[in-house]
Amino acid sequence: MKNETINNVIQNDYSLGFETIVNSDTFPKGLNEDVIKAISAKKEEPQWLLDFRLKAYKKWLTMEEPNWAKLGYDKVDYQDISYFSAPKKPIGSLDEVDPEILKTYEKLGIPLEEQKKLAGVAVDAVFDSVSVKTTFQKELEELGIIFCSISEAANKYPDLLKKYLASVVPYSDNYFATLNCAVFTDGSFVYIPKNTKCPMELSTYFRINALNTGQFERTLIIAEEGSYVSYNEGCSAPIRDDSQLHAAVVELVALKDAHIKYSTIQNWYPGDKNGKGGILNFVTKRGICKGDNSKISWTQVETGSLVTWKYPSCILKGNNSSGEFYSVALTSLAQQADTGTKMIHIGENTKSTIISKGISALNGSNAYRGLVKVAKSAKNARNISACDSLLIGSNCSAHTYPYQDIKNSSAKIEHEATTSKISDEQLFYIRQRGISEENAVSLIVNGFCKDVLEELPMEFAVEAKALLDVSLEGSVG
Amino acid sequence: MLSIKNLDVSIANKEILKDFNLEINEGEVHVIMGTNGVGKSTLVKALSDHYDCEVTKGEVTFKGKDLLELDASQRANEGLFMSFQNPVEVHGVNNMYFLKSAVNEKRAYKNEEEVNSAQFLKEVKDIIKKYNINNEVIKRNVNEGFSGGEKKKNEMLQLLVLKPDLIMLDEIDSGLDIDAIKLVANAVNSMLDGKRSVLMITHYDRLLELIKPDFVHIIKDGKIAKSGDYNLALELQKRGFEGLGEDNESS
Repeated sequence: MKNETINNVIQNDYSLGFETIVNSDTFPKGLNEDVIKAISAKKEEPQWLLDFRLKAYKKWLTMEEPNWAKLGYDKVDYQDISYFSAPKKPIGSLDEVDPEILKTYEKLGIPLEEQKKLAGVAVDAVFDSVSVKTTFQKELEELGIIFCSISEAANKYPDLLKKYLASVVPYSDNYFATLNCAVFTDGSFVYIPKNTKCPMELSTYFRINALNTGQFERTLIIAEEGSYVSYNEGCSAPIRDDSQLHAAVVELVALKDAHIKYSTIQNWYPGDKNGKGGILNFVTKRGICKGDNSKISWTQVETGSLVTWKYPSCILKGNNSSGEFYSVALTSLAQQADTGTKMIHIGENTKSTIISKGISALNGSNAYRGLVKVAKSAKNARNISACDSLLIGSNCSAHTYPYQDIKNSSAKIEHEATTSKISDEQLFYIRQRGISEENAVSLIVNGFCKDVLEELPMEFAVEAKALLDVSLEGSVG
Repeated sequence: MLSIKNLDVSIANKEILKDFNLEINEGEVHVIMGTNGVGKSTLVKALSDHYDCEVTKGEVTFKGKDLLELDASQRANEGLFMSFQNPVEVHGVNNMYFLKSAVNEKRAYKNEEEVNSAQFLKEVKDIIKKYNINNEVIKRNVNEGFSGGEKKKNEMLQLLVLKPDLIMLDEIDSGLDIDAIKLVANAVNSMLDGKRSVLMITHYDRLLELIKPDFVHIIKDGKIAKSGDYNLALELQKRGFEGLGEDNESS
């Protein structure tokens, strides 16, 4: 590609960058024990949960922000953030939700009203620090499936929460996860009872709206023996000049013969071409295949955020359990991503598959970082990893950091990595057949990501494709 | 249909075509011959807006339009088709999907409705049968894992569905056995309806026996040194470039 044209001013069209004007109850900036107590009080939490938060906060004060990732960003001033923001109107039934918020979700393509609900998809809508609506709750309840906000679960299902909260990601796990334990606001709680196949897609849509606010959601999914659930999360945020912090924790627990499929389309505001604004996305996602023959699949399409630090992982404890990680990470503009997975093999005959596709355009920087660990106990563990990088233009970069820690010699581990560029010849060939340059790039990129996109539920795959196209707009000249 | 006037083309600042002139009318078949490196492929590439080629001077009109104002995709959609010596692989993109995308983009360019999927599939299947193309070719990714012959046949498949006005064949016969060359010739001949034109680069006389040219041009020093009819090609076959006194790069 001709260099002078590649760097043409890009027309990145972040169509979800609008702001909703609502009357909000936002805490003053700053973090201390009183703020944590206030969050807990707002959510009318039981004492044990407040104690958990305070314990994490104390731990966090002794920790240091990690800097091993291949990321460069201005240090976050944790006292310059508000840790709670909620629309002022109390939320009970849908009639009481601020119509502006309903409009927001409508604009995002997620209608919450009864008549307009998405068929076959139950949605939990989280707006800043609170869940505003969860659809299809009643229908799911009839099957014994719990799908509610984590705040609701704290009061309604304290035993389940107590048993599983921080059971996969301990409160002291890492800087951002520990911070989340102290200040987490809302997120989804899912419980699938024994031998139940959840009949619809469960979906949470996170929206950061308020200015200078961090979002610290927490999601916990428990799949009992022989159950199945497919869960999806989507996210977006308004265009802001200042970066905003997002530090989430997701925990998955799959018991014997259970299967959890977790898909993410991450489309937080990516910032502008100079790296101004954008979401700082520090997320800890981990699942445990606790029982034999259980399975956890992570699929992610990461197109947003200025900085992404995220390693959805699987602890393969049960015998014959398997973990999968399918990822597309696209960095354009001045975006940076350091993302990958950890597959921890503990049980016998455990299997893991890692398919990672990194795409870099303009000044984007993309790093895959993954660990395959095989414990002594993990007889006949098997892992296949394939990490491919695609470069568009000459100012972007791709890096691969595979780590292996093998303690059992019966393990079979395969790792493949490729880096390719969209070649001039490839683009010319496609264009000579009449396909425009933008569509040619889109065709090549979608082809490159095919293996991962195929893992997404249908409607999300369509969204992901559209998102990739929008994110690449103007990346070639 | 195509009028090239005083065209200068450089590649990496080296002048390849100099003051090049050529007129192609509707329905005509032209053949460009010449020794290696005289700029035969450069001509076809420059007309297609290849990224290596820089047009420094001259005019090209195609169907009354200033061709040089158009980019590669627009030129294709105006009806210019170039077959590749080495067709490129596109990983993960299904060949049938690719064909349909190309046809639909051309239709959108002409403000026509999208092609009917079922009809299109039938059209492609008929072509595949008629030209003895491996059925797998439409199921696989674009040119991925294709043999050399399959790649060239795939070029013909694209040609047949895109139905261009000017067909440019850049050594389409290289690496093909005689049966495959016959298929290529049949495909091209089936397109010749008195309106479509062909600009062909070849070393191989058998192809010229199968696709009869109206004009034969020999390039030397970046321009056409000699033009004639089919007999010029026959003469060339007998006496070689040297014999014709057109060998400027004897090695």
